[in-house]
Amino acid sequence: MNAHVKLSRRALLKGGAATAGAFTLGFSIPFTEAQAQAATPEINAWVVIQPDDRIIVRIARSEMGQGTLTGLAQLVAEELEADWAKVGWEYPTPGENLKRNRVWRNFSTGGSRGIRESHQYVREGGAAARMMLVEAAARNWNVPVSECRAAKSIVTHAPSGRTASYGSLAAAAAKLEPPKDLKLKPSSEWTIVGKSVKRLDTVDKLNGKQVYGADIRLPGMLNAAIKACPVFGGKIASFDAAKITGMPGVKKVVQVNPHTVAVVADTWWQAKTALDALPIVWDEGPNARASSDTIAAMLREGLDAEQAFEGNKAGDAKGAIASAARKIEATYSYPFQNHACMEPMNATALWTAEKCEVWCPTQNGEAALAAAIEASGHPAARCDVHKVHLGGGFGRRGRSDYVTQAVLIAKQMPGIPIKLLWSREEDMLQGTYHPITMARMVGGLDKDGNLVGLHMRISGQSILAGVNPQALQNGRDPVVFQGLNPGGAEGPFGYGIPNLLIDHAMRNPHVPPGFWRGVNLNQNAIYVECFMDELAHAAGVDPLEFRRRLMKNAPKHLAVLEAVAKGIGWGAPSAPGTAKGLAQIMGFGSYVAAAAEVSVSNSGAIKVHRIVAATNPGHVVNPDQVAAQVEGSFVYGLSAAFHQECTVKGGRIVEENFDSYPAMRIDEMPKVESILVPSGDFWGGVGEPTIAVAAPAVMNAIFAATGKRVRSLPLKNADLRRA
Amino acid sequence: MARLNVNGRMMDIDAPPGTPLLWALREQAGLTGTKYGCGIAQCGACTVHIDGEAVRACSLPIEAVGPNQKIVTIEGLSEDVSHPIQKAWLQLDVPQCGYCQSGMIMAAAALLAKKPKPTDADIDEAMTNICRCGTYNRVRAGIKLAAGL
Repeated sequence: MNAHVKLSRRALLKGGAATAGAFTLGFSIPFTEAQAQAATPEINAWVVIQPDDRIIVRIARSEMGQGTLTGLAQLVAEELEADWAKVGWEYPTPGENLKRNRVWRNFSTGGSRGIRESHQYVREGGAAARMMLVEAAARNWNVPVSECRAAKSIVTHAPSGRTASYGSLAAAAAKLEPPKDLKLKPSSEWTIVGKSVKRLDTVDKLNGKQVYGADIRLPGMLNAAIKACPVFGGKIASFDAAKITGMPGVKKVVQVNPHTVAVVADTWWQAKTALDALPIVWDEGPNARASSDTIAAMLREGLDAEQAFEGNKAGDAKGAIASAARKIEATYSYPFQNHACMEPMNATALWTAEKCEVWCPTQNGEAALAAAIEASGHPAARCDVHKVHLGGGFGRRGRSDYVTQAVLIAKQMPGIPIKLLWSREEDMLQGTYHPITMARMVGGLDKDGNLVGLHMRISGQSILAGVNPQALQNGRDPVVFQGLNPGGAEGPFGYGIPNLLIDHAMRNPHVPPGFWRGVNLNQNAIYVECFMDELAHAAGVDPLEFRRRLMKNAPKHLAVLEAVAKGIGWGAPSAPGTAKGLAQIMGFGSYVAAAAEVSVSNSGAIKVHRIVAATNPGHVVNPDQVAAQVEGSFVYGLSAAFHQECTVKGGRIVEENFDSYPAMRIDEMPKVESILVPSGDFWGGVGEPTIAVAAPAVMNAIFAATGKRVRSLPLKNADLRRA
Repeated sequence: MARLNVNGRMMDIDAPPGTPLLWALREQAGLTGTKYGCGIAQCGACTVHIDGEAVRACSLPIEAVGPNQKIVTIEGLSEDVSHPIQKAWLQLDVPQCGYCQSGMIMAAAALLAKKPKPTDADIDEAMTNICRCGTYNRVRAGIKLAAGL
């Protein structure tokens, strides 16, 4: 089987080399380097070792800044007993994965799953390769395998002192049968995993050499700018191509689909300039009547609707609240938001009568390939996708709409590579937005201030209904309940409340939703954690103490909360003019908490002075990179909390660029102290969960500072001026 | 046709005078290290140096740049990643996705050239580039490391 696999790979590489000959890339991407090394046998799908001892670890997930590339390589290298200094990497293509029966399994890179869902099989890949290298050495020396040990890319036969480098053993090892019995190292023996090794992908990001999708250049390539109907669901009535065909560089005006038109030109600037001059009449359709107000009304109706999907239920929440000594009620809301990746959407496609190739930044190589197959009309075996690093993903690049567009344009210009690049405006208007929701929170307190019942009614958009309706469960979207579930890796609810009802009235406006870094954990954490604060204040109990009482059966939730409380100095007097807030949540397999120290000026300006964050992701593969994700999560989460909102007018998104859709900049960035408290008994994600606690910790601190409760985001809309 | 001095070389740029410097650099000069992020001088991903000043290339037409003005892009900042900012960035693993970092590094290098020992307020004022991954605290630490602070 192994031999067959290698034949396939050689055949494929031959095809790859032919491609490279016809369309020599104007740059070097890791996979082309590997193609040049086609003579080097792979030990297995995960590990290639070259004669000079260089190790190439194959990485199926996409690197978009989150560091998964380095973390996954660490996991393979650990079991391989590799010399880390010799470790490099490459992306296999989704097409190869398909040809090899998905030997690299899932390429999808979202949901903070990179490490938490592939740690087992990538480590097994490293372990198997190590065992084959050791066996190759033992056979060569004619000694028992049990007398040989591997460390730092060298196999040593202890009794005789003989050594052999991995590079010298690779060819022989590659011919051996893969071992069946794999035993992974206990975490106590890790020497590479758990260490803050440097990222494998930094240098080229410092000198301009890193090639992103937007930077791809192929010989003979033309550039495309694109515009889809800004009103979702609308289409093109007409456009007057003759008006722009004579403009400099313009090669073709292409109707991509019923609602999208593109201009192809020598350069992208020419294409965009001509597209801006193209007269287009839109048939906007009935959605043009929708606005932020009509959408809000739709959601408000859901707050009181009879029917709702249950997410978590215990006892009789409504009954307990009705008979409680006190009833506390509040309504929260969370807006649409665009991912606003720094690199706008793009893809480069080459279509010929024989094949279709795509070069693109994607969080899901296999979905990009599926899009290319469908749009090209070619069978799967004649299509492939070459992944490049992403200039941000945040969930947006899990979709393949831009790949489909590039292929459809290229199909109209056979044999010519077409690079499609969206303008920032197109990126803002054709997003797949953070779902819009509201939540009505109703709590019942007994006469002693104990929480006896809680009803959380979420009203609003379902991501699954928009992107993958087949995944709905009898109409119910389980992803809505992230962080609120009775159990599981996607967020068991941390509070033990005797009478609990969390339900969802699905209300889907016409604006397309998408997975947005942190997904539904973001607003769920705000709703729950800010309302917990409200309940604590109503009960006259310290917010930390109020939570403690409810978290007796959730020690891991409580542990991260206690860690940030200690870190921020909860209970100690705050610096003059500042106040503190707390929040916790569990999601993406990890327990997270944050504490914020905030001041609010007389004119209502909010300043976040300090953040303390705690994370229990079970295992920490690279502490420095986990810290980077935690720091970055506050930028993403607080940019959203303070500034970001996509409003709707005439059926379309109003905000078109960073002037009306600002992001946090360095002057607003608080200090972030990241505490890692891995308990070592599970594997959780770190790219997303912390985002969810950023906003509620700050919002609770704002209340502590001002006595004003902000329940609607973004905070730029809140009036916190002192009377 | 415009004549531009880019990274110490004179280049003839075959583009209309209104073409933004960003696109002349990327599409005519082939220097793709300078990035497009917004096109309206908001995000700073396109930051280059003109006579030592940090400038947003997306909003500057090439006709506004004279042949005697020295343009430096990320590709020309150093031969071998040896600028103090680049070294500090490497040491601290500053970039995440990296897309904004060319502009971030050019802005930081221009700051250090003017103020070798910048204060936090200097950094806040000079570093207005957007990073969506959230590298700001490492950017600040990197500038201080490069400045020997």
